[in-house]
Amino acid sequence: MGETTTFFRAAARRDLRRRATAESHWVRRVLVAVALLFLGIFLVLPLIAVFAEGLHKGLGYYLNTFRDPRTLSAITLTFIVAGISVPLNCVFGVAAAWAIAKFDYRGKNILITLIDLPFSVSPVIAGLIYVLLFGAPGPFWNWLSDHDIKIIFAVPGIVLATTFVTFPFVARELIPLMEAQGRTEEEAARVLGASGWQTFWRVTLPNIKWGLLYGVILCNARAMGEFGAVSVVSGHISGGVGTLGTMTIPLRIEVLYNEYNTTGAFALASLLAFLGLVTLALKTWIERKKTAALHAAEMDLRA
Amino acid sequence: MTSKNFRVLPGFRLTLGYTLLYLSLIVLIPLAGVFLKTSTLSWEQFWDTVTALRALASYRLSFGASFLAALTNVFCGVLVAWVLVRYEFFGKKIVDALVDMPFALPTAVAGITLTSLYAPGGWIGGLLAPLGVKVAFTQLGVFIALTFIGLPFIVRTVQPVLEDFDPEIEEAAASLGASRWQTFRRVVLPQLYPAVLTGFSLAFARALGEYGSVVFIAGNMPMKTEITPLLIITKLEQYDYAGATALAVVMLVGSFAILLTVNLLQWRSSRHQAPI
Repeated sequence: MGETTTFFRAAARRDLRRRATAESHWVRRVLVAVALLFLGIFLVLPLIAVFAEGLHKGLGYYLNTFRDPRTLSAITLTFIVAGISVPLNCVFGVAAAWAIAKFDYRGKNILITLIDLPFSVSPVIAGLIYVLLFGAPGPFWNWLSDHDIKIIFAVPGIVLATTFVTFPFVARELIPLMEAQGRTEEEAARVLGASGWQTFWRVTLPNIKWGLLYGVILCNARAMGEFGAVSVVSGHISGGVGTLGTMTIPLRIEVLYNEYNTTGAFALASLLAFLGLVTLALKTWIERKKTAALHAAEMDLRA
Repeated sequence: MTSKNFRVLPGFRLTLGYTLLYLSLIVLIPLAGVFLKTSTLSWEQFWDTVTALRALASYRLSFGASFLAALTNVFCGVLVAWVLVRYEFFGKKIVDALVDMPFALPTAVAGITLTSLYAPGGWIGGLLAPLGVKVAFTQLGVFIALTFIGLPFIVRTVQPVLEDFDPEIEEAAASLGASRWQTFRRVVLPQLYPAVLTGFSLAFARALGEYGSVVFIAGNMPMKTEITPLLIITKLEQYDYAGATALAVVMLVGSFAILLTVNLLQWRSSRHQAPI
């Protein structure tokens, strides 16, 4: 009998405690329902719509979109552009994070702010700045046309604009990570006789690999999907068999859409949406790895 | 005695030199070109370009819709962050991952998809049409697109703060007799302000410059549904480089001013607020 009373008292106390710092059941349910409804309408429905519209006229029509040589050259160009921009920003990100996290000097915060700058610049302006620099009215125009070099309305311009909009991704991921990890491990390696490169490859890189991969994946997703900046510098020249043209996948989607080939536009869009979903899955997986690695590092520090 | 500037780790000159060179070549010098180009305009020319009626209408839409979208995301974003941190429900991990969808989905894809959803014959537009609500090709459409792309900014800045929130503070408030709503309003919410402000400004700045997701759904009627980035492109297509640049300067100054204001506000609030 006494035992049951204690049990009920404990339960009552638990209940009180729960009520004090948590909402009642129906409040919880309503809040969860409202949040899920909002996310469902705003995020899930568009995702379903991309694939539904793409497959609207059947699988045959869907696959036919990908047989058009103009679409194929757009896909090739997108991979080429991302294949140049992402490694460039990746090397920069590692160098910048090393320069910022491993040494002390004045003006570091200004440097970090400047690295973040491209995030607060409109993609349209990102394209515009290269048109002003290398286009017909720019300071290099005469020299470039004398030497028959095309930057604007050609692939180099697309690479430059893409590099600009994806500029901070790797760096801003690595800077806080390397700052949190400190310098002791690298210093120990140096004291034990490792060369600078050995220290980097054997000590630093294994520590930052998940953060680096995370930055690269986000950088790549943006590089492949960039529309505004690329649209300004592209000149919209269709590629075909044997010619690359200056159309990336997003620009090709726009052309198909404006030609009232809606199903074709959505079929191609579904390719990018699929890449986006893969990005999200990889991102979630790496986040788990990253927190585990950071946690292990913290435990090491404490030990 | 070792010099104060002695560095154990190598590569300082190499990495900092490379960082500064690459930053200058890709970002700083091209951006400076915008301001140099504007200086070729006389003050009157510049002023006439940036205060033309069509330009003023585009600022009103760009700044107004971006502000309202970011504000909407403050409420929806805090709600989503709260639900994701505090409650358990089926499929929570997938929902959590999906919040980043607007970051991962290319803007052009988002643009055509939202247009087809909200067009009069679309899944949502079809439901709203009998009620007399038009979304696609109106200013409301611009607002919807900007809300879509801004959502992750607020959720992802508020979420970590809520996760680190010490439950003892809420327990203390409850034991002192505060109701749950009072605890939320007076104890939890003030702690969230800096994160909400950061998320708001990020979403606002991103929405201001957004192009891809808006051009399809906006309909792009001059004076009505034309955003400033689109007006810049229109001027470029007419080879009016000076006019495009003048508008770009207005946008750049606008978004830098927002970020600066928010940084100052945060700096002030961190100075005035006693650390817990």
